[in-house]
Amino acid sequence: MSDFVHGFWPAFITAISLGGIFGCVLLLWFASKVKVNVADDGSNGHVWDEDLREMNNPMPMWWVGLFIITVIFGLSYLFLFPGLGTYAGKLGWTEIKEYEAEVAKTNAAIAPIYAKYAATSVEDLAKNEEAKGIGQRLFLNNCAQCHGSDARGSRGFPNLTDHDWLHGGSPEKIKETIVNGRIGMMPPMAGALGTEDDVKNVANYVLSLSGSMYDSGRAGAGKAKFGVCAACHGADGKGNPMIGAPNLTDNIWLHGAGEAAIIKRIHEGKVNQMPAWQTKFTPEQIHVLTAYVWGLSNK
Amino acid sequence: MIDAKSRGVKETAIPLEQVVYSLYQSQDKIYPRSVSGIFNNWRWAMVWLTQLFFYGVPWLEWGQRQAMLFDIEAKRFYIFGLVFNPQDLIYLTFLLILSALALFLFTAVAGRLWCGYTCPQTVYTEIFLWIEAKIEGDRAARMRLDQSGANVKKVSRKFFKHVVWIVFSLWTGFTFVGYFTPIRELSAHLMQWSMGPWEMFWVGFYGFATYGNAGFMREQVCKYMCPYARFQSAMFDDDTLIVTYDEARGEPRGGRNKKSVEANAKLGSCIDCSLCVQVCPTGIDIREGLQYECIGCGACADVCDTVMDKMGFARGLIKYSTQNAMQQHWSRHQILQRVLRPRVLIYSAILGLLTLGLAISLYVKPSFRVDVLRDRTVISRISQDNKLENVYRIKIMNNAEVTQQYEVHVLADAAFEAEFSEMKSLPIDRARYVMDIKPGQERSLVMELKVADGVLNRGSHPIAFQVKSLGTQETTVEKSVFIITQ
Repeated sequence: MSDFVHGFWPAFITAISLGGIFGCVLLLWFASKVKVNVADDGSNGHVWDEDLREMNNPMPMWWVGLFIITVIFGLSYLFLFPGLGTYAGKLGWTEIKEYEAEVAKTNAAIAPIYAKYAATSVEDLAKNEEAKGIGQRLFLNNCAQCHGSDARGSRGFPNLTDHDWLHGGSPEKIKETIVNGRIGMMPPMAGALGTEDDVKNVANYVLSLSGSMYDSGRAGAGKAKFGVCAACHGADGKGNPMIGAPNLTDNIWLHGAGEAAIIKRIHEGKVNQMPAWQTKFTPEQIHVLTAYVWGLSNK
Repeated sequence: MIDAKSRGVKETAIPLEQVVYSLYQSQDKIYPRSVSGIFNNWRWAMVWLTQLFFYGVPWLEWGQRQAMLFDIEAKRFYIFGLVFNPQDLIYLTFLLILSALALFLFTAVAGRLWCGYTCPQTVYTEIFLWIEAKIEGDRAARMRLDQSGANVKKVSRKFFKHVVWIVFSLWTGFTFVGYFTPIRELSAHLMQWSMGPWEMFWVGFYGFATYGNAGFMREQVCKYMCPYARFQSAMFDDDTLIVTYDEARGEPRGGRNKKSVEANAKLGSCIDCSLCVQVCPTGIDIREGLQYECIGCGACADVCDTVMDKMGFARGLIKYSTQNAMQQHWSRHQILQRVLRPRVLIYSAILGLLTLGLAISLYVKPSFRVDVLRDRTVISRISQDNKLENVYRIKIMNNAEVTQQYEVHVLADAAFEAEFSEMKSLPIDRARYVMDIKPGQERSLVMELKVADGVLNRGSHPIAFQVKSLGTQETTVEKSVFIITQ
């Protein structure tokens, strides 16, 4: 709750706050006891710098009243709200609670719109301009940081506008991805493949699958070793959306194209993660977002 | 206690009365006497001007809406044809600077002009005093009424006065709230007794503040609450016009003796009628010189002129004059010449320039707002056709009150290609995107800008986006950069 972790600081703040208020009260009480002698010209007889006279200008009584009201307000505030060190306040108010209440209020206000969308299928919703607008705003505020404003991704972050889906591109699969997030994991495979030469051969075979530039001699040699990779990527190299294994034949390279990049992946493997969004969004928001993302590649 | 002498304080020879005062004390009620005259007419002119504006403007319509409406919930301020968003806060800053400068200027020329003639505290006190005088009578009658014991006349008049005050205050509160929530809807709610709790609270709060400040606090607001009253003496100089008593002419003061002409000949023009003290809303005696309580209202000058007229003396025993003029016996012409001194000219020049600047910037203020955000994580991505690509988000907010059509294009090296949203990639001199945006709405246009590898060096290349409103032909250019990392 407090940024000051040491137990001294809450006590320090409490002491200053209360000490300040009581100090003011004491001053007010003390000043009300003071009486001054005043000459008939309204001054109290003190003169500085030749002719600077100190006049008696008593404060009005209502001012004292205001002062007392302020003190009462200050003490009540400190009693009701968290202001004194670690004391939580009688009302139990916190910023987090207030934020949550505001979010709940806003969600309640927009619930009818979302309820209407929730009853519509993803396919139909993707054609609804209004829902697309909401989906775009959700996407730009939450997803674009990784996938890009245009959803075409960049290295390490998948492009959502093509038909290449690591974990499946059906509305149900997209929704599952948003709700739970995804972890894609390829183990380092160099050891299983054999020598450095074998790794290079397999890399060239992989390049051949997508019609990229490759060394046909090496590719031929690598084909025999590809069996190790086929466990995940499939015998034909077209991947397996059940476990998020990428299709190696479509010339789409999430972690970089070319022989060097592929060799690096075989050596190092790769763990890539998309976070789960179910705590951030309501199910209805996820539905609208799913329709937006699905609509990007299904026009 | 520290000895006063050791701190350089000198005890004076003035004999101290053996009366002791507390540091706090109830203030005596002031009963300002009604007055008429040129300065009072000016004040009433300002009362009418400011109050016609205040009570009238919320009822004006502009197209389909209230002409002046500060819609806090929708975060939009409407002032006749102008629409302001939170992003336009700079104009409020401008306005405050202008107000402060205007205050400096007016104070340097003629002292507390604002206090004496246009400050809401003065204006409402004037109105409340007028109501009070109509119901309870003028100064003397009010004093008698207050001193009399409880009787039917006193209770009924006081009751009637407070009812009128409260009704007037509530109307003021209602008008005030009418600037923030449409006043026609508000009055409909009032008729049906269905105002919201916050509307009621603010009507009541502002009404209470008016009632309390103009009915009871009056001059004490100026004396104990207002910070401006305290620092404006720093803006005075010896050529500032202030309400001044001509001591040389007035003294020695004294009542006229009907029999002895000789005795009268020894006296100055001041007949010591004390009317100047009776009319003073802050209860001071202007004959003691300039005092911090003086709000420069000129009531004493007005009443003294009527007395001088009756006596057959020249007017102007109490008048607007300057300290220099009083010491050196300047003529009116000489005083006015000194108005054009460097301080005033500099204030005027800055005020004039800033006003002009504000007017121009409001005149050319586009009816839409453009922000360009470059994707920070997608830096020089390789596009599907093997070019270097940056992604931009162009946010356009339509501040106009009609749907507008906007055309976006990119100002950059001809080697670039632009791909707007779902359109094909085109060389930038041909790439245009046109979109409609509804009033008060904001839309984001996502676009890619790409260039073949090797055409440009690594680093940051300035580009710009030009957005044109096709309806109004207004154009805005927003700068950005294209970044190449490889």
